Amino acid sequence: MRLSTIPISAWVGILGILLAVFCALFAPLIAPYGESQIVGAVWQPMGGDHLLGTDNLGRDLFSRLIFGARTTIFVALAATVLSFSLGMLLSFTAAVTGGFVDQAFSRFNDLMMAIPTLIFALVVLAVLPQQLWILILVMAVLDSTRVYRIGRAVALDVAVMEFVEAARLRGEGTGWIIFREILPNTLSPLLAEFGLRFAFSILFLSTLSFLGLGIQPPAADWGGMVKDNKDGIIFGISAALIPGGAIAGLAICVNLVVDWLMKRTSSLKGGRGDA
Amino acid sequence: MPDLLSVRNLKIEATSYPPGEPPKTVTLVEGVNFDVQKGKVLGLIGESGAGKSTIGLTALAYGRGGVRITGGEVKLNGEDLLKLGPAGIRKVRGCKVCYVAQSAAAAFNPAHRLGEQVIEASLKHGVMGRAEAEKRALYLFKVLGLPSPETFGQRYPHQVSGGQLQRAMTAMALCPNPELIVFDEPTTALDVTTQIDVLAAIKHAIEETHTAALYITHDLAVVAQITDDILVLRHGKMVEYGSVKQIIEAPTQDYTRALVNVRGTKREEAPDQSDTLLKVDNITAGYSNGFKVLQNVSLHLPKGQTLAVVGESGSGKSTLARVITGLLPPQEGTISFDGTPLPRALKGRTNDQLRRIQMIYQMADTAMNPRQTVRDIIGRPLTFYYGLRGARKTERVKELLEQIEMGGRFADRYPAELSGGQKQRVAIARALAAQPELILCDEPTSALDPLVAEGILKLLLKLQDETHVSYMFITHDIAIVRAIADSVAVMHRGRLVRFGPKSKVLSPPFDDYTDLLLKSVPEMEIGWLEKVLTTRRMESAGN
Repeated sequence: MRLSTIPISAWVGILGILLAVFCALFAPLIAPYGESQIVGAVWQPMGGDHLLGTDNLGRDLFSRLIFGARTTIFVALAATVLSFSLGMLLSFTAAVTGGFVDQAFSRFNDLMMAIPTLIFALVVLAVLPQQLWILILVMAVLDSTRVYRIGRAVALDVAVMEFVEAARLRGEGTGWIIFREILPNTLSPLLAEFGLRFAFSILFLSTLSFLGLGIQPPAADWGGMVKDNKDGIIFGISAALIPGGAIAGLAICVNLVVDWLMKRTSSLKGGRGDA
Repeated sequence: MPDLLSVRNLKIEATSYPPGEPPKTVTLVEGVNFDVQKGKVLGLIGESGAGKSTIGLTALAYGRGGVRITGGEVKLNGEDLLKLGPAGIRKVRGCKVCYVAQSAAAAFNPAHRLGEQVIEASLKHGVMGRAEAEKRALYLFKVLGLPSPETFGQRYPHQVSGGQLQRAMTAMALCPNPELIVFDEPTTALDVTTQIDVLAAIKHAIEETHTAALYITHDLAVVAQITDDILVLRHGKMVEYGSVKQIIEAPTQDYTRALVNVRGTKREEAPDQSDTLLKVDNITAGYSNGFKVLQNVSLHLPKGQTLAVVGESGSGKSTLARVITGLLPPQEGTISFDGTPLPRALKGRTNDQLRRIQMIYQMADTAMNPRQTVRDIIGRPLTFYYGLRGARKTERVKELLEQIEMGGRFADRYPAELSGGQKQRVAIARALAAQPELILCDEPTSALDPLVAEGILKLLLKLQDETHVSYMFITHDIAIVRAIADSVAVMHRGRLVRFGPKSKVLSPPFDDYTDLLLKSVPEMEIGWLEKVLTTRRMESAGN
C-alpha cells in the first residue's frame, strides 16, 4: 500500500478523524474555557468572544464541543473494542468447535438480537447505577451480538479450509487455530466492520445521552449537548445543530475510511490485487 | 484444398494494473501461425499459461476480459474476422464457429431444458426452423451416443451426468451446422472412464458431420487420438507445428520431446515384506445420514513402500485417507499403525501418533495459510513436535528447503508468491518437517501441469530413498501408479475391488472394473482410441 493510492474521500475521512482525536487528546490545552464554566449569557450568538456562541446555561459551546469529543470518542471506542473482543472470541470459538457449543452460542445470540437494542439498553441502564464503565459494558454487550454474527460467518468460511484441517491434524489446540490460522485471514472484513460499528457506537451513545441515560451532566458529550440545547431550536437558536453536525461529521468521516478499507479488502486476492 | 481457418502473425496483448504502478501492457501471444482445412482437427497443446485458450477464442474473434487482439489476421473462408464489426462478428459466433467449454455444468443454464438450449443458437441465427432444428438435435444426440435421445432434450442440466452434459454441449455446438468448433479442454474435468466415452463421441460426431475443429488440451495422449495436426505452444509462442505422427514419433524440439516422454518415471516394485506399517482392517465409514462411503475395506502397507489407491471420483479414496487420519472416525473396523491400534478419532491420538502420519493435499493453495511465510509454514511442525526455536529452527528450515530442491531464499515468501509446483513442494516440506513414517498424498499432482507433476513425483521418490518414508498415494491416474507404486488398491463405489502388489493388480486376469479403468487411460499412441473401442464393441457383441 502506498500513500498515493489512497483516494481523496479516504483522506477527508482520515483528516476528520485525526482532528477529532487531536481535540480529544489535548482538550484542556485547546479549549478557551473550562468544560462546565459559565462564561456568559444564555444562548449568545456566534462570534465575538465565543466562537460558536454559548449554550442553554451560558457555557462556551466551542469548549464543550472539544471536551465532548473526549468523552464521546473514548466511550464509543472502548465500547467498540470491548464488543469486538467479546464477539470475535465467542464467534470464533463457535465456528471452530461446532456442534453443541455453536448451537448454544448462536441461539442465545439470536435471543439477544430479538430484543430491540435501544429498549434493552434503556431498561438495563435505568436499573443499574449510572457509572461510565457500566454504560460502556452495556453498549459493548449489545453491540457484540452483531459482531458475533459476522464473525461466525467469516470464520466458518476459513475454518473449512485445508490449512485449518492441516493444523488440526498436527494436533494444534483451539487457541492456535483461532488466533494464528483463522484470525489473520478474517482480519480485513472485520477491520472494515470495526469502523462501521464505531460509527454506530457514537450514534448510539448520542441517542442514550439525548434520552438522559448516557453521559451524565455536567460532563460534556455531543449527544447530551444536543439534548441540552434542543429547546433553543423553537426560538431560532442553532446551538443544538452544532454538536449534531459534529456527530454527523465524525460518522461520515469514519464511513469514508471504512468504504475505502472495504473496497481494498473485498477483493478475493486479499486486497493486494487492486488499488 | 483452401484453408477454412488461417491465422497469421497473431499478436494478443493484455493490460495489467499492478498496485501503485502505472498500467503495463503484457504480450500474451506473439507470432502464431496455423491453418485448419475443412473437416480436419488441429490440436493446441501446452501447459497452463501457454495461451492455448486465448488463441482458440480468437477463432471467434473474442478476447476474454481485458485481452485484446492487437495484430495479425484471422481469416475464415478468406474473410478477416478481426476486421468485421460487432454485427458481422455476431453472425459468425454460434453459427459458423461454435465453442465447447471445459465446464459444461457452468455453461448450461440450469433453469432451462437441455433441448431448448441446444437448438437456441440455430433458431436465433435463422439457420433453420424449429422442426428442423429439433430433428437435427435428435440426430446429434444419437450420433453422440446419448441415452434415450428422443427424450434427452426434455431433461434439465442437473438431471444428467457430467459426461453426458459435455456431449450435450457438443451437440449444442454442432447443431447450427458450423464450419469450425473450438473445443476448450472438454474432457479435462471428467473421470478417465467417462473421458474415453466423451472422446469417442466427439470424434465420431466430428467425422460424421465433417466439421473442422480446434482441440485445446494439455494432455498430449488425448490430442493424439483425435486430431490430424498438433501445434505445441509455450509462453504464447509456437514451439512446434506438425502432423500428429511427426510430433508423437519424431519431435524436433526439446520441449515437445519432454512432453512426449513425460511419463518416463518408472520404478521397480519392492517385495511385500512382513514389516507392516499401516494395517486397515475391515473399515466401514460414512456420514451421519446413514450413507456408507466405505464398506469393509481392508489393506496394509509395508514400511518404506508406496501404496497407490486408485478409483474414479466418488469411489471413497479421499474418505479412506480421512478415516486413517482420524478426521472421520470409522463406524466399524480398526486401524493399526506400526503394530499398535490407533485411536479412532483425532482427539484420542497423542501428538507423537499425529506426527508419524502427515498429509499432502491436492490443492496446495488452500492447504497453506496465505498469511504465513514459507518459514512459518515449515517451521511450525518443527516447533510443535521438536521444540526447535531460533537459529536451530532457521537452520532446519533451510535444510528442508534444500531437500525439496528450492533453497533458503524462498523462506520469506508468501504462498501467493510461489508457482503451483513450488507450493506443492513447500507442502511436502511441511509434511517432511515432522519426520513422519507415513505420508498420505491426496492427488498431489493432479492439479499440476505434466512436466511439473513429473518433477514432484521424482522428488517424492527421492525423499523415499533418503528417509524410508511410506506413501499412501491417492490418484486416479494409472500412469502414476505404474510409475511409483509397490502395491495397488483399486476402489469402486466405496468397496475395495482389487488389492495386491503392482505386478499382480495390473496384469490379467482382471475383474470388470479394473479392466475398464486400465483400458480407459489414454496412451501416447496413434490409433489407441480405435483399438480400445473395437475391443469394447467386440465384447458387447459377444455378450
